[in-house]
Amino acid sequence: MAMLELRNVHAHYGKIHALKDISITVNKGEIVTLIGGNGAGKSTTLKTISGTLRPSEGKIFLNGEDLGKYPAHEIVTKGIVQVPEGRRVFGQLTVMENLDLGAFTSKDKKRDANNIEKIFQMFPRLAERSKQLAGTLSGGEQQMLAMGRALMADPKILLLDEPSMGLAPVLVDSVFDTIKTLHAQGVTILLVEQNARMALKTASRGYVIQTGKVILEDDAKKLLENEMVKKAYMGD
Amino acid sequence: MFQKWKDRVTVTDIVMWMIGGTLLLMCLWGSVSTIRAGLYTKSHWIDFVIFGLAQGSIYSLIATGYTMVYGVLKMINFAHGEVFMSGPFTGYFVATAMWRSDFLDNHPIIAIIAIFAVAMLISTMIAYLVEKIAYRPLRGAPRLIPLITAIGASFFLQYLFRGLYGSGINAYPDVKVLEGFWMILGIRVLKIQAIVIVAAILMMIVLYGFIMSTKVGKAIRAVSEDKEAAALMGIDVDAMISTTFVIGGMAAGAAGVLYALMYKQVHFFMGFIPGLKAFTAAVLGGIGNIPGAMLGGVFLGLIESVAPALFLDGLGIIAPYQLKDAIAFTMLVMILIFRPTGILGERLATKKA
Ligand SMILES: Nc1ncnc2c1ncn2[C@@H]1O[C@H](COP(=O)(O)OP(=O)(O)OP(=O)(O)O)[C@@H](O)[C@H]1O
Ligand SMILES: [Mg+2]
Repeated sequence: MAMLELRNVHAHYGKIHALKDISITVNKGEIVTLIGGNGAGKSTTLKTISGTLRPSEGKIFLNGEDLGKYPAHEIVTKGIVQVPEGRRVFGQLTVMENLDLGAFTSKDKKRDANNIEKIFQMFPRLAERSKQLAGTLSGGEQQMLAMGRALMADPKILLLDEPSMGLAPVLVDSVFDTIKTLHAQGVTILLVEQNARMALKTASRGYVIQTGKVILEDDAKKLLENEMVKKAYMGD
Repeated sequence: MFQKWKDRVTVTDIVMWMIGGTLLLMCLWGSVSTIRAGLYTKSHWIDFVIFGLAQGSIYSLIATGYTMVYGVLKMINFAHGEVFMSGPFTGYFVATAMWRSDFLDNHPIIAIIAIFAVAMLISTMIAYLVEKIAYRPLRGAPRLIPLITAIGASFFLQYLFRGLYGSGINAYPDVKVLEGFWMILGIRVLKIQAIVIVAAILMMIVLYGFIMSTKVGKAIRAVSEDKEAAALMGIDVDAMISTTFVIGGMAAGAAGVLYALMYKQVHFFMGFIPGLKAFTAAVLGGIGNIPGAMLGGVFLGLIESVAPALFLDGLGIIAPYQLKDAIAFTMLVMILIFRPTGILGERLATKKA
């Protein structure tokens, strides 16, 4: 059974039909990527998984359980954690407070302290700036914070929405390295990217979304070779 | 150079600066002539300042409610003045009952605690219900809609309490232990004013500590910044909004009892002017900013108490104290014109950038 399954999901913003019959599966231990152009519906897909937007039709399952009855804040406790597009750190809160909020649903102080230590090891920059307001961090540091904050919740499956957006090439590499590290630690990952080449090199499977529909799904390697994908998303 | 300058300054700006300048000059002129005339002694000024601090700390407590609700919902809860009224008005019945049975005089401390408990409970309940019934169903509606609902809720509550408790002005019973004065550092301070100041400061420290250092406090600040991101952290956004109203309601209820003990009267309309003043204080401090609201309240209280005598007496105005409300609202208009972000508003301005 798939860990996460979207079954014929439709979503609307008012009259805008943003997702049209999306079906996606993510198996335990996989990195799956969702690629597509601007406005294709990638972020909307992640919103329906996290519960901040309700599907107008269709269902979403985690390990076979229908998530439809849970509000967004309870879906986090199920182990689905999202790093939203544009990082969305709390700029008026310190780095440490942001990390604390990542563990909002946790009741295990010891585990939280362990996690903070792990995150500071992974991103030493954050340790140096732990008392600084998150709004004063650079874009790259904010991305680290957004990832670290999500890791505080001990995700079983991590949803990443364009983590490499707006970063210099060196930082893009380090973001993808982080993703691989997390994957090696056993975190299942659903990765949304516009940087299709990097995403497909990292992932095992991929879906291509266009105007709210899945138009292609295949092994990442095969998508890398696909002429249409090359032309439309990798600028070849 | 001149061209650039001319582009930036409009005729309206010049007129506004002239009005502002004139007001400032009048204040200066008034102050100088008041002091020259020697109408007031040093002890008068000290009295004005202490009264201003007492009045101001009550405004501060109410203002925190406006500013916190603005933080999470980006709306002005115009029913907050009625939240402030509902507590002490209900507390009045508890107070008179205890006064009749002599309990108030025999066990004043317990009695006062009981009045606070009842008032804070009622104010908290009203604040919670207003959010739940009047604002929550409109979440996501255009911003003007909940504003109109807020005004409706305000009127509804005024006339609800008028219907329940009557339209008269009710005298709060005298509490003997709160009468008289203390000598503090050689200054004569009315007991009630000292208690109001100290109690309000203590409550504000607790409130600020709660917001800054508890998990729920952090979550409320996160919700103020970004509701969707907060939900993605597993924060129950609606619960945090409710909590914000509860905290604001508790502060307003406590402020209401302090107000009732100081002015010794309650009525269904008592929340209107203090509510507007506290709103002014919140804007003065920079709406959305909690220390700003506290500072704005004290500042407004001081200005109201000192300014009529200082600025206006020297100008030959007959009854300057009658103009204290005019001064407060002139300040509101001036702040909105010259510094719309308020005293501590800089951080707020950078927040959305
Ligand atoms: N809050 C919203 N209200 C109305 N329409 C929206 C909203 N958010 C997204 N949309 C619309 O839904 C469609 C899908 O948007 P979505 O954000 O999912 O795209 P995306 O694939 O994430 O694009 P990008 O790569 O630019 O982030 C777009 O047409 C967009 O205009
Ligand atoms: Mg997107």
